[in-house]
Amino acid sequence: MQLTVWTYEGPPHVGAMRVATAMKGLHYVLHAPQGDTYADLLFTMIERRNARPPVTYTTFQARDLGGDTAQLFKSAAAEAYERFKPEAMIVGASCTAELIQDDPSGLARALNLPIPVIPLDLPSYQKKENWGAAETFYQIVRTLAPKRDTAHTPGARKRCNILGPTALGFRHRDDLAEIRRLLARLGIEVNVVAPLGASPADIARMPDADFNVVLYPEIADVAARWLERTHGQKFTRVIPIGENATREFIEEVAALAGIDATAVLSDPDSRLPWWSRSVDSNYLTGKRVFIFGDATHAIAAARVAAEELGFEVVGLGTYAREFAREVRTAAEKLGLTALVTDDYLEVEAAIAALQPELVLGTQMERHIAKRLGIGCAVISAPAHVQDYPARFSPQMGFEGANVLFDTWVHPLVMGLEEHLLAMFRDDFEFNDAAGASHLAAHQTAPPIPQAPTASEILWSKEAEAELTKIPFFVRGKARRNAERFAAEQGLATIQIETLYDAKSHFAR
Amino acid sequence: MTTPAPSAGCESNALPVLRERGQREVFCGLTGIVWLHRKIQDAFFLVVGSRTCAHLIQSAAGVMVFAEPRFGTAIMEEKDLAGLADANEELDRVVDRLLARRPDIKLLFLVGSCPSEVIKLDLSRAAQRLSTKHMPQVRVLNYSGSGIETTFTQGEDACLAALVPEAPEADDRTSPSLLVVGALPDIVEDQFHRLFAELGIAHVDFFPPRRAGNIPAIGPNTRMLVAQPFLGDTARAIEARGAKRLGALFPFGAEGTTAWLKAAADAWGVSELDFRRVVAPHRERAKRALARSRETLAGRSIFFFPDSQLEPPLARFLSEELGMRALEIGTPYLNRDLLEAEMKRLPEGARLSEGQDVEKQLDRCRAERPDLVVCGLGLANPLEAEGMTTKWSIELVFSPVHGFDQAGDLAALFARPFARRAALKV
Ligand code: SF4
Ligand code: SF4
Repeated sequence: MQLTVWTYEGPPHVGAMRVATAMKGLHYVLHAPQGDTYADLLFTMIERRNARPPVTYTTFQARDLGGDTAQLFKSAAAEAYERFKPEAMIVGASCTAELIQDDPSGLARALNLPIPVIPLDLPSYQKKENWGAAETFYQIVRTLAPKRDTAHTPGARKRCNILGPTALGFRHRDDLAEIRRLLARLGIEVNVVAPLGASPADIARMPDADFNVVLYPEIADVAARWLERTHGQKFTRVIPIGENATREFIEEVAALAGIDATAVLSDPDSRLPWWSRSVDSNYLTGKRVFIFGDATHAIAAARVAAEELGFEVVGLGTYAREFAREVRTAAEKLGLTALVTDDYLEVEAAIAALQPELVLGTQMERHIAKRLGIGCAVISAPAHVQDYPARFSPQMGFEGANVLFDTWVHPLVMGLEEHLLAMFRDDFEFNDAAGASHLAAHQTAPPIPQAPTASEILWSKEAEAELTKIPFFVRGKARRNAERFAAEQGLATIQIETLYDAKSHFAR
Repeated sequence: MTTPAPSAGCESNALPVLRERGQREVFCGLTGIVWLHRKIQDAFFLVVGSRTCAHLIQSAAGVMVFAEPRFGTAIMEEKDLAGLADANEELDRVVDRLLARRPDIKLLFLVGSCPSEVIKLDLSRAAQRLSTKHMPQVRVLNYSGSGIETTFTQGEDACLAALVPEAPEADDRTSPSLLVVGALPDIVEDQFHRLFAELGIAHVDFFPPRRAGNIPAIGPNTRMLVAQPFLGDTARAIEARGAKRLGALFPFGAEGTTAWLKAAADAWGVSELDFRRVVAPHRERAKRALARSRETLAGRSIFFFPDSQLEPPLARFLSEELGMRALEIGTPYLNRDLLEAEMKRLPEGARLSEGQDVEKQLDRCRAERPDLVVCGLGLANPLEAEGMTTKWSIELVFSPVHGFDQAGDLAALFARPFARRAALKV
């Protein structure tokens, strides 16, 4: 048993719902008790979908147990077919139904429906949402796009599928639009996008493409590997998040398509490089940033933060255990040890100890950062309703890089303002309680963050007072440095002098 | 002052009841934790369940403003399903760790879920075992909020019913005391406290208490006013302790609140004149507060999808005091004992439905095109997209709606969707 307060991922059948809800003409019959229908609101409220997810729940009750839950499943599936007339159906069990072992797959088969019925086996007590989405997508693809006898003959214009976008994905809608634009500039035709917007008939057409573009390995990796084995379609490995990765992605795609991409490698709308080089961005140098999210977004964010914004990445982690290895490798390259956990209290402790100036994370980290008084931008699911914006706001491609620059810099105190705060710290408008001027008016600076690890070291009154004169956005760092310095030097108490000694010691 | 006569023809709950069994689109009883953990300030709710259960509470709460909320889920894993002995051992370990980290907790609820019920994990024995271990610092109780047994607000009923045996025995020689049953926002409790005091009812207790150590005594001299229509089991458990229930309308709107207070006043022998003197100003104020919403709501039709069991009293309030026309009053469960007074006042011509078959109900709703649909979060946006005006029912249990001074707010919850429609020009 694992004690959980907030979870990063839902159960695997929610992953299956993300695939089903993304698609057209597919219906999901889920053997589950009534409370599990809460999952509908993830789509209708958080993502503001204007239709119910295509899911029929059997909503069995205690009085049905041991009796006719199997019959209930059969009639629910039969009625769902009659009412919705889907082109294909996926069937499965949620955590409770898994325990009563009704075998939805056999029951559905017994109905002899005139459409493909795809059974899902999603072990609820071992796996989680992203795994469930990946497995569901894989089963759908393998059932609906089986091996062909005749090999696919490439046409004059190269064609690809785009794999990975789902319902409730973080910026999937906008990433897809941006990547489509890129591929169009390259002269590559898009055969099928899946799961988002694909019908079962579209899935059956997937083998007609020459190669696959994988945007979200968490969801599409398993299916992409199967397509490679079965239909000989190679797939992309670079995730086009950030300026550099976007360029590498273009080169990778060009190589797969056998075309020349030189013209596309520079995009007049790519602004991140100049925005980052312009002098106002000087103050971004070495900003200490903590990054946590799913593997794809966390790894990409670390690269962009270090290479393209000049931040110092002080922590990197993921809740996606399936991709722990990739995240560990990325962290090692930055001289860090990756934090792989789905316990958000551990993440909170890590952030509190590191005292970064910026947190890039999920909605959980947003809350942690808010409590600790640290600026934060959301870079990964799980995200809440305000992270499904009305405007176009991709993470991928050149426009995505522009968006990253804007959204990550926004929570920070701005260049010249930083100096003014340092010079006139007692000014009534610039004082601590004011916070960064462009952020919410009532936002107040946090209490001086305490590094919980160094609590044995005492602060003299004078040093404590001096600390409050340091602007709030660097105060955490100053406190931490002083304590680290004192610990290294074996000092029991921090005096004013210790503070300045530490400052010079850590000034590099 | 006279309470208005019930509308003709409704004396003997004449409304036919449509009973349905099909797909239900409602939360399970675990959801009640979202408000119960705010009410009992030193209690912790530990769900023994699956990742789904944890995800439900997180999603239903909608906000995650609490760093370390007083609830959590012990998520069962593969190895917990292998043997019950191990599951119990694991549970003890989780509870030990939790209590070590949260010394502020005085009362721990082990909350059963579908998976724990299906594998027959005996949480009442676990609660006894853990109570023995952690007393006197922490009392451990249990109830089930599973979706196979409870629907949404029934979770609160199960929780409060589990708390009843903890109430001390009231001395039967003492003068009668009033017990108000149901988790109410503190501000509403305080308002009722003042009203009862003005009526001369001095000894009033609220159940559940704000702190676990203050569970009110119950005995034959206890008179109980139930504040929520879904508390059937709790009411029965309290009656079994000798208490007497004062049947009344539920305190929604000016009329409901008046009738509810009157039931207590009568039991305390408050004269008609005194009752009127005390209540009339509050009642008038409530009625004034309703006037504005009435302009918007009068004559409009309303359709309730089943959700909280508040639907029958709300339909009564909306039709009698705001002039709305109820088309369908869906409720997950019709608690006939507690609703005795309400049933006589249900609007004529409405269809009362118990249980649910959501697809058929949606068909009826689309055919009738009501002016306002009251439904859960999973249905609201899809129905709005079909051109209907909706009110999310969850707000009705998450906001203060009882009593005179909330009557206007309650009406406004229903009026706001119309105001928004009228305001938008896009
Ligand atoms: S319906 Fe059952 S399994 Fe689902 S969330 Fe509720 S208690 Fe958990
Ligand atoms: S910011 Fe937090 S509390 Fe607010 S809606 Fe998002 S997740 Fe919920």
